[in-house]
Amino acid sequence: MAKYLLIESRDPFDSTDSQYFAELVQGIAKRGNEATVFLVQNGVLPARKGSKYNTVISDLIKNKVKVVADRFSLKERGIRQLAEGVDTADTDRLVDLLLEPGTKAIWH
Amino acid sequence: MASGKTVTVAIMDAPYESANSTTALRIVQSALEKGHNVNVFAYEGAVNLTMKAQAPHPNPVKGTNVEQEAHPTTKDWVASLFKLAKDKGAKLDWVNCGLCVDERGAGDWVEGPRRGGPKDFLDASNASNATLVIPTK
Repeated sequence: MAKYLLIESRDPFDSTDSQYFAELVQGIAKRGNEATVFLVQNGVLPARKGSKYNTVISDLIKNKVKVVADRFSLKERGIRQLAEGVDTADTDRLVDLLLEPGTKAIWH
Repeated sequence: MASGKTVTVAIMDAPYESANSTTALRIVQSALEKGHNVNVFAYEGAVNLTMKAQAPHPNPVKGTNVEQEAHPTTKDWVASLFKLAKDKGAKLDWVNCGLCVDERGAGDWVEGPRRGGPKDFLDASNASNATLVIPTK
């Protein structure tokens, strides 16, 4: 089992490939790998409670993907309420995740 | 206190164009705060992040002057990262791609960065605990 840190900076309102990225993450998780999605920049938009793309987030969580949203990005965008199961953190957590042995990091 | 761990980050976005620049600098800062050594490989437009001639500006829309606006420049952020590394006893090795610098005439930098090439990125990555590549959109 490998560990993946997938950093999503794009949002589905702007970029349709963000949905393909979510499918990629699900594929990684379904193969028994440990996957964490770290949402940054506009990538946090689908995590806002009530967003039409909340299902993208809930589908990830159903597949045992950890979803973390960057607090700085949330604050910049005035997002205070998040979809169920989304954790928040700062870039110090991202660095910790990056340095976990055996982790493969992919930025999108 | 230095952790003995090293993170390598490759960045490509030019300053003031993409949130990627801010996020990349935040990640470098967080790593240095934890005492990790950091290698940065600045490629393409990212070599402009360190240009010494950058200057803050007023905001005519809000009617604020330079001091009131306190507009941050990336060269000041990079300079502060070098200071942070020193304070933490960690090493920040910032490599600007030489060919990218020459193409852009972007050779006058704040103190700290050095000139290099893709081989430096490969060597840094091989010697690091983790590598993060932040591509342009």
